Amino acid sequence: MITAGIDVGAKTIKVVIVKDNKIVARSINPTGFEPLETAEKTLNEAAKQAGISRQDIKKIYATGAGRKNIPFADHNVTEVTADAKGTNYLRPSVRTIVDIGAEEARGISCDPSGKVLDFSKNDKCAAGAGAFVESMSRALEVTVPQMIEFSHKSTKDAPINATCAVFAESEVVSLIHSKIEKADIAHAVHDAIASRVSSMVRRIPIEKDVALIGGVANNTAIVEAMKKHLGVDVVVPENPDFVSALGAALLAAA
Amino acid sequence: MTTEFYRWTENTWKSPDIDWRKAQTLVAGIDVGSVSSQAVILADDKIFAFCNTRTGSNSPDSAMKALGISLDGTGIKPEDIQFIVGTGYGRVNIPMAKKAITEIACHARGANYMGGPSVKTILDMGGQDLKGIHCDEKGKVTQFLMNDKCAAGTGRGMEVMAELLQVPIVDVGKMSLDVKEEPEPVSSTCVIFAKSEAIGLLRSGWTKNMVLAAYCSAMAHRVVGLLERIGIEKEFVITGGIAKNVGVVSRIEKELGLKVKPLSPDPQIAGGLGASLFARDLLLKSRKTA
Repeated sequence: MITAGIDVGAKTIKVVIVKDNKIVARSINPTGFEPLETAEKTLNEAAKQAGISRQDIKKIYATGAGRKNIPFADHNVTEVTADAKGTNYLRPSVRTIVDIGAEEARGISCDPSGKVLDFSKNDKCAAGAGAFVESMSRALEVTVPQMIEFSHKSTKDAPINATCAVFAESEVVSLIHSKIEKADIAHAVHDAIASRVSSMVRRIPIEKDVALIGGVANNTAIVEAMKKHLGVDVVVPENPDFVSALGAALLAAA
Repeated sequence: MTTEFYRWTENTWKSPDIDWRKAQTLVAGIDVGSVSSQAVILADDKIFAFCNTRTGSNSPDSAMKALGISLDGTGIKPEDIQFIVGTGYGRVNIPMAKKAITEIACHARGANYMGGPSVKTILDMGGQDLKGIHCDEKGKVTQFLMNDKCAAGTGRGMEVMAELLQVPIVDVGKMSLDVKEEPEPVSSTCVIFAKSEAIGLLRSGWTKNMVLAAYCSAMAHRVVGLLERIGIEKEFVITGGIAKNVGVVSRIEKELGLKVKPLSPDPQIAGGLGASLFARDLLLKSRKTA
């Protein structure tokens, strides 16, 4: 059976197509201002990649912040459920999932079958989400990949006290003015977001293995900082930004 | 040069009638806030001069600049000032101040001076924080509540919105009231998310005025939430830069069903004014014991 999962995120839309329990295609596009059009386009790209037509897809499940606005989806599932299912497929030993997206972060604890036991999340504030990293990279006047590279070269701690991304941006500007190395500022930024996400995740029990997923999991500086703040090793499955979409596609097949 | 829409008007005022040379006491209060700095010069118990300027990258320079602007053209030299009290976010870093006092105490004292003994509740809407303060008839703080963790409801949040919409910040209030119908408030709390929401609203055909109205009313709603936790007793005043934003103030009034008592000469100098009043108390006390 062929199924598809669409993850309508705040920043990007991801589609994964699954055939007989195997991933056959994945596609991603910036959400933009017309999420429905983007979802349509992303799904068509994935279908083309899989060498199938839209009619071959038996079921489509949507997830993500905009999941309710996809009329061609047969059903929608929460990100928490999709995250757990997708992670369990890729890494069955994982019991704690940390998902950091553009505007939201989640901590999920699941059982060996990928069933959700508990979760915590933050969707009210950009501190502790990808949007924070992006606004700091603008303040530093570097790209996010450059900021990650800088961060790995840091030798000293630079303090960022503000919780709020807007205030932290002013703080970054004054750190630049006081001639603090960009590498150290970049490192402090990653450290700040990891500290916020970790304290949110600690509201649920943290059991090994711990996985980091979501677009921000591609940021190696955050992964390093998360390991430090959680005090455990953190695994990042392949294509961490597609895990929710994968979970939705697997749930559609179930 | 690109226009900086967030820039509010810096202002300075000098009394035309007071001869500072005849004053028994000449003191100053300097409020170095996260976004703006004020200096108030008090000759005896009257405001002789004040200024309102943008805070620079460090507190000592910002304090010096504010003091310099308020003294400019008066003939007063910094050493003529007999006592200086510092307040605000950067208060511990004002070298010429003999004492630092919290901005909560200073705002209450300054609001009491400008608004009179009937002032019981003060909402300070600053650059990076929001405070609800209760005081007695002498301007002494009895209770307070603050939010300094989040930009929602602060002047900095409004600056971000002004930049996004490319509207001079001083026009935001008036423009936000120029709408046919009051729109639904912006739903995001976080300023970063509110920015994305505002872009979406513009894309869907909203005018700038409507987006500003939606943001001002979200801001009003947020501060009313904070005020309700502390309770509101009349008279009620607003200090800080946002007190000059008629779009936010009128929506706070509407939501509370209560008029805000206007503060003269300038609601933004409440902290600096309070600091100068404390400076005068301390000077008189030191003369008595000397």
